[in-house]
Amino acid sequence: MLDDSKPLFVAVAEQIEDGILDGSYPEDAAVPSTNELAAFLRINPATAGKGLGLLVDAGVLIKRRGIGMFVAPGARAALRERRKLAFEDQFIAPLLREAAALGISPAELANMITKEVAR
Amino acid sequence: MTAIVTTDLAKRYAEVNALDGVTLALEEHRIHGLLGRNGAGKTTLMKLLTGQVFASSGSMEVLGGDPVENVDVLSQTAFIQESQKYPDTFRPIDVLRIAAGAYPKWDQAYADRLVERFQLPTKRLIKKLSRGQLSGIGIVVGLASRAPLTFFDEPYLGLDAVARRMFYDELLHDFAEHPRTVVLSTHHIDEVANLLEHVVILDQGKVLLDADTDELHDAALTVSGRADDVDAFLAGREPLEHTRLGSLATATLAARDGDERAAREAGLDISPVSLQALFVHLTTANASATDPATPVATA
Repeated sequence: MLDDSKPLFVAVAEQIEDGILDGSYPEDAAVPSTNELAAFLRINPATAGKGLGLLVDAGVLIKRRGIGMFVAPGARAALRERRKLAFEDQFIAPLLREAAALGISPAELANMITKEVAR
Repeated sequence: MTAIVTTDLAKRYAEVNALDGVTLALEEHRIHGLLGRNGAGKTTLMKLLTGQVFASSGSMEVLGGDPVENVDVLSQTAFIQESQKYPDTFRPIDVLRIAAGAYPKWDQAYADRLVERFQLPTKRLIKKLSRGQLSGIGIVVGLASRAPLTFFDEPYLGLDAVARRMFYDELLHDFAEHPRTVVLSTHHIDEVANLLEHVVILDQGKVLLDADTDELHDAALTVSGRADDVDAFLAGREPLEHTRLGSLATATLAARDGDERAAREAGLDISPVSLQALFVHLTTANASATDPATPVATA
């Protein structure tokens, strides 16, 4: 359920981010509490708290004392921009590497992408 | 606050050093994992910390005091042992009654719920119970005691995967509601890795590793690819494990800054090392280091 190539608290933060990006957690809506997350993901509450803390520090979540954590206004758009910047590193570069290893030319690759989009 | 502090703690039996120079500081309100192979000294350490055996040398402080014959400390400490012995005439209900009197924070309603969840026969003689049911009693006592310091020493012998998961869920849930210090010793490392905030690995009586689980993720990495590329990447470094299959090779090594980038640029695949894998690598490497007959790398 969680990406094990990253430290657990980072994976927790990314999972919440995914939820914000796909609209599961709309702006101003509450996200699960530390203890709810810990129980659901079966992880230590401190780790869950650290993941949420990461998002508070990044301005994605807002802490309302005694009530909980909420998705910050504008968080979705900001996240999308940040993910776009990482897209090249995470997806395009490995794609090109694998294509080169298989002898697929950039033109062929572009062709394959266009065909796949049309499907 | 620190729940447990030990300084150069040692326990020697006639021929063996069961524990040797153990210096640790375990913070309160955390779930600590105490890992090690059989005979590594885990149970000895827990027996020392609960005043059941006496140290040969060194010092320790448990919940701010010396645990030996100290009621203030021991009434706040629960020790659930793998091989707990009970009198022949005892039934689970007798054990629970004694626990209720012994632990100031005992929660009877929670104990009743757990008994039901683990389907424990409370009125049957304990000597007639299965191994799993016996473990179940220990789990009920360990959780419902709500002791500020709780040791679980391999608490689930004989329990199946479903019951073990029930234990993890109950532990996490109750720990979140009633924070306390938990020391969990187990061989099921993969199952508990995500529950632990801090890990101590003992090996041959010594502390082999003492770290927060968050840091461990970046402590080691496994690289794989063409054998020549892997060799070039290693460049004189001592891997924890190095295996070769034809022209391909895999190596696991303690990570340094920049390793991931260097490995990626060398065209190697990188994969993370789980706590369980790290445990196996570290204890294996340590065994070979002290036994020259075993080669470090299996080339």
